[in-house]
Amino acid sequence: MNFDLNILFDNIGAISNGFVVTIGAWIGGVVLGIVLGLLVAILHRFGGKPLKALLRIYIEMIRSTPFLIQLFLLYYGGPTLGITLDAIPAGVLALGIYGSAYFAEIFRTGFNSIPSGQLEAAECLGLSRRQVILRIQLPQMGVLIMPALVNMVTILLKETPVLSIITVPELTLVMTGIGSETFAFAEVLLVLCIGYLILVEATSRVGQALEKHIGRYLDHRTQQIKTPEEMA
Amino acid sequence: MIDFPLLVQNLPQMLTGLLATLGLSAVALLIGFLIAVGVCTLRLAPQPMLRRLGGAYITVFRGIPLLIQLLFIYNFLPRMGLGVSPIVAAVTGLSLCAGAYIAEILRGGFLTLSPGQAESSKMLGLRGWTIMRRIQIPQVVRLTSPALVNEVILLIKASSLVSVVGVAELTRVSQNIAASTFLQLQFYFAAAVLYCIVNVTLALLGSLLEARMGRVRI
Repeated sequence: MNFDLNILFDNIGAISNGFVVTIGAWIGGVVLGIVLGLLVAILHRFGGKPLKALLRIYIEMIRSTPFLIQLFLLYYGGPTLGITLDAIPAGVLALGIYGSAYFAEIFRTGFNSIPSGQLEAAECLGLSRRQVILRIQLPQMGVLIMPALVNMVTILLKETPVLSIITVPELTLVMTGIGSETFAFAEVLLVLCIGYLILVEATSRVGQALEKHIGRYLDHRTQQIKTPEEMA
Repeated sequence: MIDFPLLVQNLPQMLTGLLATLGLSAVALLIGFLIAVGVCTLRLAPQPMLRRLGGAYITVFRGIPLLIQLLFIYNFLPRMGLGVSPIVAAVTGLSLCAGAYIAEILRGGFLTLSPGQAESSKMLGLRGWTIMRRIQIPQVVRLTSPALVNEVILLIKASSLVSVVGVAELTRVSQNIAASTFLQLQFYFAAAVLYCIVNVTLALLGSLLEARMGRVRI
């Protein structure tokens, strides 16, 4: 068995297309998941009891079933309900829905971490619910939930190869295709491992930087608030 | 919309698939735990080289998606002269991956134990192995039990991926039934419900266990 990197250079076009599809599906899924998750968390917090119960079932149902089954339900089961999607949109939507349940739980713990005294104070000061969420809750919980968010974002990246099962032409599908055509399995594996490891590493680096950035902002703000002793 | 006769007719087959899923996960959990104990020992070893080796294992097996590990073991190894049956490939892939995750959980547990405990045990004349067995491991298991239960649930969900190498577990079985009956929605939904029942039960058992063992103070 010989190691021939030329096979990779010959297929560079296909490989980079695969990368683009992987990253596109991943980012699409993450954005959709965060938006849906935030919506679910806010509705869960401020909605009535029946809505709360429904959202709880949604979250638990998604968190306790495998992503692959959800993907099959949407892609193969969807047409029965009149939802016919191509592989790529189905993949992005499934990733988004899968992520939303986890993101919702992360946001929920974030909301719970803000002391209720602050919310009462805000209410006394006449802030609207929207202002409370956008100006008081979200900025403060950012630091707390950032590690969990970044972790979830990398988990979603590691779920993207599953999309190859419904023939989304992402990196894994492209590479296994090249592998079975050329028998260059070692080279294929090298690209896959390095590709995903780099993306995972890069994400956690970006996450750490973001965490620091938001943390600095909060430190800066809290330093400006003087304690009663200082004021005296 | 739901074809009940067909559902009832295929239910035994699906339950057999569910049993296969549970069996696979249990075996992978057991082997994964053994791997994890080894990797965790490396990770906490005094020698930097060993620590790095343990770290590399964790980075590789947590960083590379499980599906790729499975495809590699099942499709690529035979080309290099290492043919494996689907079940062996599935168990190997799941165990290697679970080992990396459990190792990190155990490491977290060991790190929270104060070194003073081990030192005073040594002063009292306990041997290294006894300290591990009687003092550290009971605490680590209690401390990490929520994370371990969570890992079991993750493992059961991850086991759906071994359907790609052709092991007849729940996902594969429902795929076959869905394809032959053309009732895709119904049978994938049935599979989802079965996974849901198992995992919610596990989560409940986990919180019961946690409540029973009580919180450990350190």
